Amino acid sequence: MIEPNTWFVDKLLLATWETLYMVLISTFFSYLFGLPLGVILVTTSDGHILENRGVNRVLGAVVNATRSIPFIIFLILLIPLTRLIVGTSIGTVASIVPLTLAAIPFVARLVETSLKEIDWGLIEAALSMGASAWQVICKVLIPEAKPSLILGVAITAISLVGYSAMAGIVGGGGLGTLAYYYGYQRYETPVMWATVIVLIILVQGIQMLGDTLAAKVINKRR
Amino acid sequence: MIVIKNLTKIYTAPGQEIRALDNVSLSVERGEIFGIIGLSGAGKSTLVRCINMLEKPTSGQIIVDGQDVTALSSRELRSARQKIGMIFQHFNLLSSRTVFDNVMFPLEIAGVPRREAVRRVQELLELVGLADKAKAYPGQLSGGQKQRVGIARALANGPKVLLSDEATSALDPQTTRSILGLLKDINRRLNLTILLITHDMSVIKEICDRVAVIDNSRIVEVGDVLEVFSNPRTPTSRNFINTVMNRDIPEELLHRSRPVEGNTTARLIRVTFVGESAGEPVISSMVQRYDVKANILYGNIDRIKGKPFGNLTLELLGEPALLEEALNYLRGLNLEIEVLNGD
Repeated sequence: MIEPNTWFVDKLLLATWETLYMVLISTFFSYLFGLPLGVILVTTSDGHILENRGVNRVLGAVVNATRSIPFIIFLILLIPLTRLIVGTSIGTVASIVPLTLAAIPFVARLVETSLKEIDWGLIEAALSMGASAWQVICKVLIPEAKPSLILGVAITAISLVGYSAMAGIVGGGGLGTLAYYYGYQRYETPVMWATVIVLIILVQGIQMLGDTLAAKVINKRR
Repeated sequence: MIVIKNLTKIYTAPGQEIRALDNVSLSVERGEIFGIIGLSGAGKSTLVRCINMLEKPTSGQIIVDGQDVTALSSRELRSARQKIGMIFQHFNLLSSRTVFDNVMFPLEIAGVPRREAVRRVQELLELVGLADKAKAYPGQLSGGQKQRVGIARALANGPKVLLSDEATSALDPQTTRSILGLLKDINRRLNLTILLITHDMSVIKEICDRVAVIDNSRIVEVGDVLEVFSNPRTPTSRNFINTVMNRDIPEELLHRSRPVEGNTTARLIRVTFVGESAGEPVISSMVQRYDVKANILYGNIDRIKGKPFGNLTLELLGEPALLEEALNYLRGLNLEIEVLNGD
């Protein structure tokens, strides 16, 4: 047993901050790319406003292929790319690259699911008023799907908390590194438990935040 | 205002072709309320969707206000659509926007400057009687209020034509009447051409000037509403009219045998009154003139486009020769006479 001391608390706080940082930045970038991809997946599908079978099939296949690679393999495969973008393959910033790239196809599918729920009648109504495809996307699809999209962001962020812990094992920083080096390799079980508890709190917090925000939007409209 | 020429729409599903519209031609005059009635699956919804090209016709021409909408580029089509308003059975309001912003929506699409758009929205909400609900969300409105928002939204860009796709089918009868009243009011005030589709004959009776009956992807009858009601030429039309006016005679009445004394016979007839003649005491003057007795079995009077319209089922009793004279007398008054159990 180690005594709870300031050294340990500092380590835990720093690791928590690093995890949050990785999750926030990679969630942001995965939506920056994943949201448009999701929109393209929906709008190019058969009978939709930008129907394009070729684009839809190719994009769908790429998304599925990326999603089938286990994250731990993905981490290793992406080392050269990460070096190219960040200059190093170790540390918090470096982890953001594989985290983002793994989350993009995931986000694309989540966004696709949210947008598919929109009643076709609304799209038809907008088209009947002379709306362009771009106007349908910005004024109908995304605003109407907002509660569902917010919940999708929460799911993504939670998945990224898990992935970031995995990245920690190969030197990605954050709570994963702390748990692995101190808790597992040095047999300091309390450290392991402390990180697990912090992870649980993080996940709960993100889910609650997502639920609250989505409910707020829904209640306003009711 | 709307001219449809030889419109055909074929849906191709793997292994089969579905002919939703078969060589349909129609013409809707400026300022009239034109109704298209048909059962579900008859093709009416496809027809109205072809007019603003939500459905692309397989062949044929559609001319709206002199412009062939089937021949437009996508940019031209978008601006043409701004002048063709449309309302829907399920309203299709954006749940993410307030009533005010829903009506603002088509003005945003058309790029109307904000200040002018705000003024226009206020006018429209005033017109449909929802000025006090501007800040409400569609989820907080009743069905009738939602359709009023739908109507305000459809009118936002000052359309020349309003298409109505079963706009009252999801509403209760009372709300239906108030929405139809609003449509009629708009039609008069703005001289707006309205093309509506419905499966409900009472909608046609209530507000339409002319009607087309669609059956099995074809138009089977077109005419003035009063004319179609008083003299339906197809079984489909007759069935629709029967849904709002009972014209069917119960079997037992048709087949009951009257004890016939001496030379007296019984005839079952139906007299249809249209317009002025509905106000005349024709039956009693017939009874006075000829020695026949009239037994009233069923009667119904209604108003179509403000004109009285009705029918009366009578059993006439008398000598055959007198009965014939009496019937001729009625025919002479320009009444539609149907003998239901002729010998």
